[in-house]
Amino acid sequence: MGKTMYQKIWDAHLVHDGEGTASLLYVDRHLVHEVTSPQAFEGLRATGRKVRCPQKTFATMDHNVPTRSRDLASTNEISRAQLDQLKKNCDAFGIKCFDLNDDDQGVVHIIGPELGITQPGMIIVCGDSHTATHGALGALAFGIGTSEVEHVLATQTLQQKPSKTMLININGRIADGVTSKDIILYVIGMIGTAGATGYIIEYAGDVIRGMSMEGRMTICNMSIEAGARAGMIAPDDKTFTYLQGRDHSPKGDHWVKAVTYWKTLASDRDASFDKVVDIKAEAILPQVTWGTSPGQVTAVNSQVPDPAQFKDPAEKTAAINALRYMGLEPGRKITDIKIDVVFIGSCTNGRIEDLRAAAAVIKGKKVAAGVQALIVPGSGRVKRYAEREGLDKIFTDAGCEWRYAGCSMCLAMNDDQLTPGQRCASTSNRNFEGRQGPGGRTHLMSPEMAAAAAVTGHITDIREFIKRG
Amino acid sequence: MEPFTILTSIAVPLDRSNVDTDAIIPKQFLKKIERTGFGKHLFHEWRYIDYEGMHENPDFILNKPPFRKAKILLARDNFGCGSSREHAPWALYDYGFRCIIAPSFADIFYNNCIKNGILPVTLKADEMDELFAVAAFGGSGLIAVDLDKQVVGAASKKFAFQIEAFNKECLLRGLDQIGWTLQHAGKIDAFEAAIAVSKPWLK
Repeated sequence: MGKTMYQKIWDAHLVHDGEGTASLLYVDRHLVHEVTSPQAFEGLRATGRKVRCPQKTFATMDHNVPTRSRDLASTNEISRAQLDQLKKNCDAFGIKCFDLNDDDQGVVHIIGPELGITQPGMIIVCGDSHTATHGALGALAFGIGTSEVEHVLATQTLQQKPSKTMLININGRIADGVTSKDIILYVIGMIGTAGATGYIIEYAGDVIRGMSMEGRMTICNMSIEAGARAGMIAPDDKTFTYLQGRDHSPKGDHWVKAVTYWKTLASDRDASFDKVVDIKAEAILPQVTWGTSPGQVTAVNSQVPDPAQFKDPAEKTAAINALRYMGLEPGRKITDIKIDVVFIGSCTNGRIEDLRAAAAVIKGKKVAAGVQALIVPGSGRVKRYAEREGLDKIFTDAGCEWRYAGCSMCLAMNDDQLTPGQRCASTSNRNFEGRQGPGGRTHLMSPEMAAAAAVTGHITDIREFIKRG
Repeated sequence: MEPFTILTSIAVPLDRSNVDTDAIIPKQFLKKIERTGFGKHLFHEWRYIDYEGMHENPDFILNKPPFRKAKILLARDNFGCGSSREHAPWALYDYGFRCIIAPSFADIFYNNCIKNGILPVTLKADEMDELFAVAAFGGSGLIAVDLDKQVVGAASKKFAFQIEAFNKECLLRGLDQIGWTLQHAGKIDAFEAAIAVSKPWLK
């Protein structure tokens, strides 16, 4: 019997076989940010332990950083203390830190692939559930808690037990206006937010093969919203082309050796998965969430659902609660929902292709009266590329705010927050109650549709928007 | 870490599914650089009617008098989904919860509980219904959780639960897991020496 990619990576990292109990896996790269690491470093100090491999550990400031300027004075005292603490910890333990003065600072899951830190076949962990993003390059990447951050810092390993595997095949022709974001939202709506709990997802099929590397990152990014700790995609020539020449990519002879190895990673043809899901691409329309969980999602040309139609009592209760919180009534057309704020950015959709797509929609148009539109590049590098291409000008001419890199309104830990009752068209990954600010209401969608909503002031079917011109 | 053996307590019946870690501890309270002090902000947006947390919401189950001292939390499916923040179990522990019983948990949250001395117990949906019924009695609705025997007792019923042997051992003994791993330091050294040769680009 052949092996899955997950099994191959597991086997290649097994330091100690727990045979049913916890095994020890070696961690190739550990990414660190300011929010989930301070208590881990505190733990090391308390026990007199060192960081085992500082050269395999990379830190960035993202969750809590100001995006209006790079001036820490503009942020509050507690935020500043947390950012200062990361810098101090990195200095003390010899870890590279992309701080606010670094040109390559950015959202941890944007800069990993962008700098070539993320590579196929690696095990990559970070104290953040969206670490699954890195799986788009054929790595096994997942989020861990702070105790595990401390464990990896001290030992460069993690205690793990094997997960089940789920293969999601997406084949067929993608309809106009449908992006990788719509595809993953559709998948989450179909299998549910706990549909892949206990599984590692491998995405495959023509649609995935035809997708850009950045599109694949958006897909893997939201695996956690389907309950999976990790999502992964077999590396191919696109992956190798993407990585070649990046700052931390292997060079020269090492590059040749690495690519030879990376080509062996794909799941074998006769590998068996615990579960297989087949999706026809033709069935997928542009998606928008209507509720307070990413699984509460529907096609943009439909209506807010009636909770009475949910058979499962838990889903029915959840829908009633969600509609109350969202201030929506059953039957309202999704495209009749007015919005106050647009947020384009995050580890889901803050890459250069996302900004290009949004700029193409908004070019030569104006943001609707009363709407605030934030464009937040995922990294300093994305920001520079966008400015070189003149995207910043397109956004600011339209009346959008062009910000510095950070997580920003995806989780609203900094001052980019919705006020109670405000409604946001957002390219981020979570629409939980209060996620973008206490009382704020989030509708998740693609960058194209968020940009269209900025122009019209309400949720907009991107296909109609393009037709109207 | 405090060992977990047998816990007998009243339980809070939180009748919600998909309780996410943003709801357990909202992000505005994640800026502390210590592990303690998060309990006051547990379920902040449901528990208080004001942003500052000065005024409790009397309708929220945690604020109802019989449930205030509960050490066991009952919930529905997919408890702890969303962000991997360990602040969620820190907040639950700091508040006083030692055991959470639900039909299912999000993976990362489950692990985070084990590492912080909180026992996550998974029971079937119909067994949960019986526990919710017992917990509704408030002060007289005691639930007993015996980790060693892997059984939850309520009224005259007993429900068995599964837990991985290693996790059980860690909770029963309050183990330092880094200490356990470092017993294998020789194997880590050997692994690193091997990949330095076979995969030199990973150094």
